[in-house]
Formats: sequence, C-alpha cells, structure tokens
Amino acid sequence: MSEKATRAAYGEALAELGAVNDKVVVLDADLSCATMTVTFKKAFPDRHFNAGIAEANMVNMAAGMSTMGLIPFCSTFAVFGAGRAYEQVRNSIAYPRLNVKLAMTHAGLSVGEDGGSHQAIEDLALMRVIPGMTVLCPADAKETRKAVFAAAEMDGPVYIRLARLATPVFEEDYPFEIGKANVLREGGDVAVFATGLMVTEALEAAKLLEAQGIHAAVINVHTIKPIDAARVTEYAQKCGKVVTVEEHSVIGGLGDAVADVLMGKADCRFKKIGIQDCFGQSGKAKDVLKEYGLTAPQIAESIKEVL
Amino acid sequence: MNTAELKQFCRAVRRDIINMTANAGSGHPGGSLSAVELMSAIFSRMRVDPKNPKNPDRDRFVLSKGHAAPCYYGVLAELGFFDKAEFENFRQLHSILQGHPDMKKVPGVDASSGSLGQGVSIAVGMALGAKHQGKDVKVYAVLGDGECQEGQAWEAFMAANHYKLDNLTVAIDNNGLQIDGSNDEVMSLGSLGDKLRAFGFHTIELPDGNDLEAVLAALDEPTEPGKPKAILAHTVKGKGVSFMENQVGWHGKAPNAEQRQQALKELEG
Repeated sequence: MSEKATRAAYGEALAELGAVNDKVVVLDADLSCATMTVTFKKAFPDRHFNAGIAEANMVNMAAGMSTMGLIPFCSTFAVFGAGRAYEQVRNSIAYPRLNVKLAMTHAGLSVGEDGGSHQAIEDLALMRVIPGMTVLCPADAKETRKAVFAAAEMDGPVYIRLARLATPVFEEDYPFEIGKANVLREGGDVAVFATGLMVTEALEAAKLLEAQGIHAAVINVHTIKPIDAARVTEYAQKCGKVVTVEEHSVIGGLGDAVADVLMGKADCRFKKIGIQDCFGQSGKAKDVLKEYGLTAPQIAESIKEVL
Repeated sequence: MNTAELKQFCRAVRRDIINMTANAGSGHPGGSLSAVELMSAIFSRMRVDPKNPKNPDRDRFVLSKGHAAPCYYGVLAELGFFDKAEFENFRQLHSILQGHPDMKKVPGVDASSGSLGQGVSIAVGMALGAKHQGKDVKVYAVLGDGECQEGQAWEAFMAANHYKLDNLTVAIDNNGLQIDGSNDEVMSLGSLGDKLRAFGFHTIELPDGNDLEAVLAALDEPTEPGKPKAILAHTVKGKGVSFMENQVGWHGKAPNAEQRQQALKELEG
C-alpha cells in the first residue's frame, strides 16, 4: 500500500482544481511548504496570496475575496486556522455564510515532533459548533482530492481537516458525497465509526478482531457536519454496540456528533476512542499515537471493552 | 448631489440616527454622529446603484466600526437602498436592521461587520480580489480610532501596503473617545498619522473631520500609484447634538423621548 499525507494530496488537488476553475485562489500564512499549497503556487503563482504570519487577517482577506466572486482556499496549521482565527471564521465567514474553504493541516497528534502546542485536538469541535459550517475530515489522499473538489462545488463555508503524516492510500475507490458516510467493512457485532487517519487504524483493528471471531463494521465518517444521521442510526441499531475513533479530543468531535444522533434513538453500548481531554506532546508521530492509544491493536482492545 | 445638498443629506442622516436609537432604546449614537460626514462623502463618491445593489462591478464599502450602524443605515436609506420605514424596526426581532450590519439582510451592505478589526481586513480582501480580477472597483473602509487598538487592523494595513492596494481608502473616525474613556486613558494610540505613514499609506490628516468639504477634498486627492490611502479624520463624538458632543457616556446609550426632541430640534433644517 502506498503512503501519502493528506496535506500533500491537498496541494495536488488544489493545483488540479485551479486548472479547471479560474475562480479558485489560495491564501496561506507563511506555511505554504508545510500546508503544501506550494504545489498550487508553483502552478498558479498569481493566484496564491501569502498573508504573512497573520492568520486573522488572512481569514478575513479570504472573506473579502469571496465577496468579489472568487473561491478562496485558506490554509495554515489547524491550531491557528481554527483556533487563533476562530472568531474571524465565526463572524466574518460563517455568520455571513461566505464561500470560503478553510483547509487546515497539521491537525491531531500525528503532527509528532512539534509537540502539543502545534497539535490541534479541538478543531473539529470548534468548527462543528459554528452554525452552517460544513466539516470534512478525509481519511486518505484519494478522499482528500474528492473532498477538495466537493468543497469547491458547494456554496458556503467548509472546513477540511488535514494531516501532516504520510499514511496508507486505500487501494479501492469509493464514491464521495458530503454528508454520506461510507461503510468500508460490514459486520454485525459492533459498529465502529472512524474519521481521518483513524479510518485506516479502525480497519486494521477490525481485521485483528475478525481473527478473534468478532465482526466489526467500519464506517468512514468523512463528514462530521452534517453528520450522516441515517447511516449512523442504522448501524447502531443493527449492531447494538457503537465505538467512535478519532484523532481528536473525545469532547466535541466525531464521538459527540455520533452521540448526538443516537441520543434517544438507539439502545446501545457506546464508547468514544480519542484524545482523553489532554494535550499531546513531542515524539515521532507513530510513537505519539501509540502513547495515546490510537494504534490498531490498542483500538481493537478498546473496542472489546464494549462487547 | 452638490455640496449644499450633501450638507442637508448629513443633517437628515443625523436625524435618522437619533430616531433609530431612540426608537430602539439602544444603539450607538456618539460614534454614529461623528462619522456622518465621512460616510456621506464616501457614498457620494462611490459608484453604486440603489436599484441594483448587487452589481458585481460596484464600488465597495465596509463599516469596520460596525456599531456605527445607525449612520450606515441612515446613509443607505437616504440614498434609497431601502425604505426609511425600516428604521422603526432597528434592533427589533426579525428586522433587517440588526444591531451591527448584516450583509445578508440589508440591501447595500457589502460586508457583515461589528467585531472590531475584522472589517478592514475584509476590505483589503475586496481590494485585492478586485485587482486580481482586473476590475476597476474602489473599496472604502471606515474604522474607529479605538478599533486601531486591535492588532488585526495593523495586519490589514501591512497587507494593504504589501499588495499595493491603491484602490483602497481607509478612513479613521478619530473622535478620541471609546467606551471606557478617552483613547489615551484606555490605551494610547500615539500618532496614528505617523503610524499610517510608516505602514506605507498616502495619509491625509483632517484637523476637522466633520468638515464636509475637507472630507470630499481628501477623497478626491489622488494617491500615488501603488499606495493605499488613509484619511485620518479628527472628529467630534456625538457631533451635531450639543449634549452628546465629546461625551463618553453617549457611546452606547439611546436618547430618551425628551432628549430625542431636543436633538431633533437642534438638527432641524
């Protein structure tokens, strides 16, 4: 299985999108070689705007550019884009429902060495709570490309959560539609809802469980908002046991989005796997993920606790 | 509109401000009254059509000091963007006239604003977007002086210079007062003129920013190619209403019935 970071796929998708849609412009805050918007910059230097290290201004410049009929994609690290510029996103992009795409990289613990200050663990929560915000968290490089094109196609604000770490690219291809979760593996014992890089880990965990006679369904929830309530309810009722897996705080992210759907609708055991209300730390990405219990074997053991 | 007509226009906008805030029993009369000449003069120079407020090639305006919404609404309604009957609904449930401007609700409002420091960045994005598309669109933003305490305003000024936005005019309503007191008591701004020049702006300082002719002349003064323009207008908070002038207390307080009558009397003509 080949490996590619979703941020790398993002840069390539932007360049591809830029070639077919001349309204697309890109803004970055001095991180284009890390967010990989540099790939777009090489193809369309006149359509790439550096805001310097000034994220608040960048987000609002994007708002202004969108009112001029452009489709701005705005990128920096998630901790700054969703965190530092939160109120700019809220008041100047979401409140007037402007057509700005916020594609933020270096989300989650898989940032690795830069440490807790740079590992956004709450960006999904911050973006999900904003009225009218569409929140996407693609699982791999292929899905990232689809998410970028789908975001450009829809009118309105979209947040796309992207990762630094190179991770496996799924061999099989499947359709991508905003708001429609994809069932990647069938099973009747437990429904595992995963997002982002944790989809790969959840699939590996399901294989480990299969060897132990446990049949886990794995559902890729690439759209955190609007969440696919029908699919979530269907699999919760079918399996009676639900586990969510995300590289994000267990507060406010996928786990809570799934819980919100199921509350009062499904009688099931429920467990949220994610970052347990704490900050991350420096280390090699894979070591950090292991430290916080987010590798396939750990996830498999954790899933067994609800059975 | 000639200058005499524009002066009458300014008086009408001042009456609108008093009526709107008095009706609502809330709002920001002080900083609305100080900005009347700036906003009326700017709109007299803008290429906009009240009958076609969404024309993509129109000039753009951002009220970065969004709490001066009564002034903005007064100007727009006097120009015919919407019916003055709407004034009665200012700040009321289901009204298009929200406490701070909402571009999705009010014809003629180009940007939702009110969170200080953000509007000027939006204006920079508009000016950059216009240049990028080769459009002859001029963009205007009105800021408060207290608003310049927001770091983001300076991020925006830096970007305006970096991107050589000579299609951008930033006007600062320098009335010297903010909610908690004078600018100098709350957080000294130093010389805004020197700062704006240092940030690369073609800066015009107006000793009397409520002098309509002076504001018009500043707007008409050509800027150097590649330089954004700043008009630093020393204004009087509460201008035109004797008991509101230079009073911090009238930042965010509405006149009562008696005060309304007195204010309207002073603004007759």
